[in-house]
Amino acid sequence: MIALDVDGRTIQVEAGITVLEACLQNGIFIPNLCFVKTRKRPHASCRLCFVEIDGLDRPVPSCTQRVRDGMKVRTDTEPVRRLQRSAFKLLMSTHICTPRECPTQGRCQLIRTAKLLKVSLKPSPLERLERDVDPVVRLGPLVHYPYRCVLCGRCVHVCGEESGHGLLTFAKRGFNTVVATFVSEGEEGPCAECSACVGVCPTGALTLEAPETAESEEPGRAADSGG
Amino acid sequence: MHKLDPEKRLALLAEEARKRQAQASREDVPTLRIVMSTCGLAAGAAETRAAFEEALERRGLEARIVAVGCLGHCYAEPLVVIHHPASGFPPLCYYNIDPGKARMLVDSFLLDGDPALEYVLGAMVPNDLLPAVTDFPRFSMEQRVVMEHCGAIDPHSLDDYLALGGYGALATALGRSPGWVLDEVARSGLRGRGGAGFPTGRKWRLAAEAPADSKVVICNADEGDPGAYMDRTIMESNPHQLLEGMALCAYAVGAEEAIVYVRAEYPLAVRTIQRAIDDARKAGLLGERILGSDFSLHIRVFQGSGAFVCGEETALIQSIEGRRGMPQHRPPYPVEAGLWGRPTVVNNVKTLSTVPAILTRGAHWFRSIGTEKSPGTAIFSVVGNVTHAGLVEIPMGTTLRTLIFDVCGGIPKKKAFKAVQIGGPSGGCLSGDFLDTSIDFDSLTEAGAMMGSGGMVVMDEDSCMVDVARYFLDFTQNESCGKCTFCRIGTRHLLLILDRITKGEGREEDLELLDTLSRDIRDGSLCGLGKTAPNPVLTSLRYFRDEYEAHVREKRCPALKCRALTAFYIDLDKCARGCDACVGCCPVEAIFTTRGRKKAIDQELCVKCGECVTACPPEYDAVVRVSPAHLAPIIERPQPSEGRG
Repeated sequence: MIALDVDGRTIQVEAGITVLEACLQNGIFIPNLCFVKTRKRPHASCRLCFVEIDGLDRPVPSCTQRVRDGMKVRTDTEPVRRLQRSAFKLLMSTHICTPRECPTQGRCQLIRTAKLLKVSLKPSPLERLERDVDPVVRLGPLVHYPYRCVLCGRCVHVCGEESGHGLLTFAKRGFNTVVATFVSEGEEGPCAECSACVGVCPTGALTLEAPETAESEEPGRAADSGG
Repeated sequence: MHKLDPEKRLALLAEEARKRQAQASREDVPTLRIVMSTCGLAAGAAETRAAFEEALERRGLEARIVAVGCLGHCYAEPLVVIHHPASGFPPLCYYNIDPGKARMLVDSFLLDGDPALEYVLGAMVPNDLLPAVTDFPRFSMEQRVVMEHCGAIDPHSLDDYLALGGYGALATALGRSPGWVLDEVARSGLRGRGGAGFPTGRKWRLAAEAPADSKVVICNADEGDPGAYMDRTIMESNPHQLLEGMALCAYAVGAEEAIVYVRAEYPLAVRTIQRAIDDARKAGLLGERILGSDFSLHIRVFQGSGAFVCGEETALIQSIEGRRGMPQHRPPYPVEAGLWGRPTVVNNVKTLSTVPAILTRGAHWFRSIGTEKSPGTAIFSVVGNVTHAGLVEIPMGTTLRTLIFDVCGGIPKKKAFKAVQIGGPSGGCLSGDFLDTSIDFDSLTEAGAMMGSGGMVVMDEDSCMVDVARYFLDFTQNESCGKCTFCRIGTRHLLLILDRITKGEGREEDLELLDTLSRDIRDGSLCGLGKTAPNPVLTSLRYFRDEYEAHVREKRCPALKCRALTAFYIDLDKCARGCDACVGCCPVEAIFTTRGRKKAIDQELCVKCGECVTACPPEYDAVVRVSPAHLAPIIERPQPSEGRG
């Protein structure tokens, strides 16, 4: 066990883990979307888990830093919050929040992040960006909602590296990047419906259930899920 | 010990090469060297060559035609150097030789001995008869280390390279030790020419010391900046120099495998480098037990699919491994764990091509060129509004003013200089205040631009800086891999904001938003592409803020470039009665005849293509472009009944 100082509090953690894990284990919430413990190399793509570490001149993603004994970490400095708010606003400019239909039922990472950062779920001052995607896409047996997807890549990782199915992948590039599959619509392909991808999705963009459009038309059901 | 040492083996090879060369060239036969690299071919060098061949055959003349690489003088392509010993003239350099001039030269020079001096740029060597090209600033102010033999030798001939002492540095190194190469490169102070300027010696030492059984050397030839073509030219003009540099690097770090990562959009470079690899292997200069030593190296070509981001080293490695070309978080750096987890040195074409010269002439000599912290030369492809566009190799420390105005001949058409974009889409736009900045890694970074890999776009007074920033952002957001939030979504927002400013829909708060968002993207992105993508916005905002303000506040484009903010009108005092040159050229029939039988433009119909400006005879010069658009006087179209009255 080694000790590190986070926001003036000393925490004891096992050696070899990342600063992000150390904080999360000790109840210090750092916004994060793309982190998966089993990745050999941090994906570091969501750009939310910034912290400041003594000795480094600018904020760094805490998922890329291994803990060191005596390390001094600050999670709530102005430069950290500035980058986090900026990244969050960028994500919200392409994310459509529909709390009533959302399978996360309010336990969405984005809502939690907004609360911590004390910002609204609206992208302002940025404008909402239109993406050239369908609202609902079938990925083999999975149902995918691209407007909820933040392209963190957790599903792609667990499907390929952990479950060994390799059903999911990124397709297209840049702003048009989407999660896709080579399996035809509705077919199973190599998918064993293990729902690992559904479980790791931080924003409820993947389900194994029937598309919600049909669901939400039934009166009552949508209201049950709350806001 | 009957084994010959590498240097003696190479000496034998070079001697054979010189013998073969002597047999091929005869004193009485003229030699025509035609620049046939991609720049030459684009200017019509293939047609010029065909015209020479046809004319020679028709006249029954004998001449040796050699296709050479680029001389760097792309403004003068197609370039031909004719050496006609019997005429008594030194080798002469002819510029802009189209097929007609080629046929004429065969008749007048090769047949009659008249060199047609009006088409001569200069003699290739100093002489008593006529000025030599080396007297011109475009030649004399350059200092060629990497490009020394470009355009002089046949890139497809190993003999040409060997005859000039090629592979000499490799043979020397093989006779000494990898440590000697590492020391010499470290002492030379060479910094990576790919953009960031990391000390090459330190990178190689890290790879050499990395514990691993097998290591890899990768030459990064995935050149993607708009307007930059230094790496392509070097590969097309002197491929063996690059291969020798790669072999030296591999020997120094202990690698037996090397890869040239070149984009598939460079087919001629791919063919040239592949042929060079094959030739060198046959001669025992690559492959197993090079020059009889214990060192083996296998070099292969990997063709990239043209994604800009694959020029980033971790994305490049992903792409070779068959994955999606997305940058990875560093560390680990490739020198620790690169291709397939093995220690990997990734160096740019120019870096590797510099190494043979350093080892041949010594680190001390290399340090004598350039500045203390950036020794050596810099190669730029200078393009845009500049008289002598092309490839230029200058010592580091030369000022931008010298490079643009002295070496490259300044801005054409007597226009004023406005800005220079250095380092491609990742670099910055520098204003005239920075013309006396020294060209080296640190000074350019300090000014807000960057050395980059060597793309330089010169812009005159007619360039709108907001539009230029929009152009580069359009490029980077299109080339973003989509992995991290800031680059994927942030650059898209930047582009949309710039887009609406150029359309006159900009808002006051947009300037602040551009600035803060650019800073966040710079500080928050994962890889170098994202971190540097906002540079064109940040620098143009800093140095040309007045232009942004004019667009937003006055809906005015000072450079008269942005279509939505400008309008064309015809100055009735200048327009000639009865002339209708502009009427026919207008694609939307927006030009009508006024009551006074002059012409006017219907602003409702005009699409602002500018054709009427070109069509209006220069003696009238009556079409005026103004900004903001409402400055154009509105002239009523006469009613049909009125027109006849």
